[in-house]
Amino acid sequence: MRVLHIDELAALVPDGALLALPPDNSLSPAALVRALVRRGVRGLRLLGVPVSGYVTDLLIGAGCVAEVQTSAVTLGEAGTAPRFVAAVAAGTISVIDATCPAIHTMLQAAEKGVPFMPLRGVLGSDLVAHRPDWMVIDNPFAGGGDPILLVPALSPDVAAFHAVCADRDGNVYVGRRRELATLAHASRRSLVTVERMVEGSLLEDERMAPGTINATYVEAVAVAPRGAWPIGLLDDYALDAAHFAEYARAARTEAGFRGYLERYVLEREPAL
Amino acid sequence: MIAPQEMLIAAIARLITDPAAPPARHIAVGAASPIPAAACWLVKKLGHEVRLSLLHRPQGNPFTEGTRELFDLAGQGRIDLFFLGGGQIDGQANLNLVGTGEWPGTSVRFPGSFGSAFMYMMTPRTILFREEHSPRVLVARVDHVSAPGVSAPGVFRRGTAQALVTGRCVFAFDGAGFRLCSLHPGETVESVRAATGFDFAVPDAVPETSPPSAFELALLRGAVCDEMLATYPQFCRSVWGRGETSTRKSA
Repeated sequence: MRVLHIDELAALVPDGALLALPPDNSLSPAALVRALVRRGVRGLRLLGVPVSGYVTDLLIGAGCVAEVQTSAVTLGEAGTAPRFVAAVAAGTISVIDATCPAIHTMLQAAEKGVPFMPLRGVLGSDLVAHRPDWMVIDNPFAGGGDPILLVPALSPDVAAFHAVCADRDGNVYVGRRRELATLAHASRRSLVTVERMVEGSLLEDERMAPGTINATYVEAVAVAPRGAWPIGLLDDYALDAAHFAEYARAARTEAGFRGYLERYVLEREPAL
Repeated sequence: MIAPQEMLIAAIARLITDPAAPPARHIAVGAASPIPAAACWLVKKLGHEVRLSLLHRPQGNPFTEGTRELFDLAGQGRIDLFFLGGGQIDGQANLNLVGTGEWPGTSVRFPGSFGSAFMYMMTPRTILFREEHSPRVLVARVDHVSAPGVSAPGVFRRGTAQALVTGRCVFAFDGAGFRLCSLHPGETVESVRAATGFDFAVPDAVPETSPPSAFELALLRGAVCDEMLATYPQFCRSVWGRGETSTRKSA
C-alpha cells in the first residue's frame, strides 16, 4: 500500500477501465473524480454499486465515459441526473441496465471466486432480455418447474471510494458502509481517498475493526480532506444540498455544465 | 387547511394498516420517497408495532451492509411491505423505470429500475405511489417492463401491488386489474377516467378519500416532521414550512 497525492491516485485509473463507484449515500469519492476529470481520463466503463449519482453524472458530462452499467442514475432530492439523460438521448454512451440486487450478487460471486450466482425475482422484467450475459435456468435442486436467474461474477478493474481514515498499514475505515468491503473484495484493486491518516492499527481496535477494510485489497490511499464534498460522509459532514441544487440547475445545459466544470473542477480543488 | 401531500400520506397510512392485508411488521422505504416515508412514520407514531428501515437517512441508517442487506432481507421474506413507483405504470401494474421509446429510453430516459425487479416479487405487499396522475404516466401498456405486476405460473413471487395511490385517487389491485377505491377532494370518476390511460373497474359508489383526523394532522406536523427533517429537508420546508434552506455544514 502506498500513500500518494490525489493526482497520482487518479493516474492509476487507466483509460477504458471498468471503474466501480458507490452511490451518493455511501462514501462517494468526489475529489478523486474531479482529479480524474482534470487528468482527462477517457473511455471509462462505470459500474454503479448498485446505483449511480453525482460523480457519474460529472464524469459523463466531462466526456470521460463510454459505458455505464447501473441500476439507476439519480441526484436524489435534486432530481434527474441531467448529463446522463442528455448522453442517453445523444447516444454518446452505452447503458447496461441492471437491478440493484443483481449488481450486489455479481460482486458477491466475484468475492467468492465462483463463476456465477443465482438470484430470485427479476424474471418477467425486460432487463433479462437486454442482458445477454444473464441466464435463466431451472433450479436443479427443485426437481423441475422453478425457473431462476443466474448472473455472472463481475470483477471491476478499479473500485474507488472515499473513506473516513486509513492507518499506515493501508487498512481503511468505512464504518457502517460495509457493502464497500464486498466491492473491495470483488475488485482487482481499490483506490481510496481518506479524510485523514491515523496512528496505530485500525485492525487492533475492537471498535474500529468491524468497519475496516483490510489493506490486502487496497492498492493506494490519498489524503483528501472533505473529499466526498458535495456529498456527505457518514456523521463527519452532511450532503451539501444547496450545491447539489446548483449543479442540477447548471448541468441542464451543456454550456451551464461547462461553466460548472470551470468553476469547481478544472482549475484545482475548490477551497473547502 | 389540509395540504394535498397530507391527504396522500393519510391514504397510504390507511393502506398500511388495512386489516385485510398481510401484516406489515417490517417496512422498508427506498430512494427519495418522502410521502411513503411520512406515512410509515405516521403509522408508527399512531402506536402500531412496526419496524421501519429507511434507507436514505443520512445518519442512523438501519443497515450495516447498505442496500445489499435490504435485498438479502427481502430475498428471505423478512420485508413485509415496500413502496414502488414508475415513470409509467400500466393496467396490469407493470412498472417502467427505464424510459420510453427504444431501449434504454431514447425518447425519455427515466433514472433506471433500482431494485424494483426484485423487491416487487420478493415482498408480500407493495404499495405503488405516483403523485402525477396523467395519461403519460398511467398508460395502457408500459413501453418497457422494469418490474412485472403479474408473473407466469411457476415463477417464484410472494406478492404484488396492493394498491396504487396517485394525486387524484386510490386504486386497489386484484392481481389482474385496478379498481377505483376512493377519490381525492375535487376529483370525479370522469376526471380520473380522463387522466388514466388504462381501463379500471368502478364500483357503484366511490367514496371520497378520508382526510387525516385532527390527531393525525397534529402528529404529521409535529412528531412525523421531526423524524423527516434530516432526510427530506426540501419536502418538510415546502409542506410544513419547517427546516433549513440549505445544509448546515456546506462547503
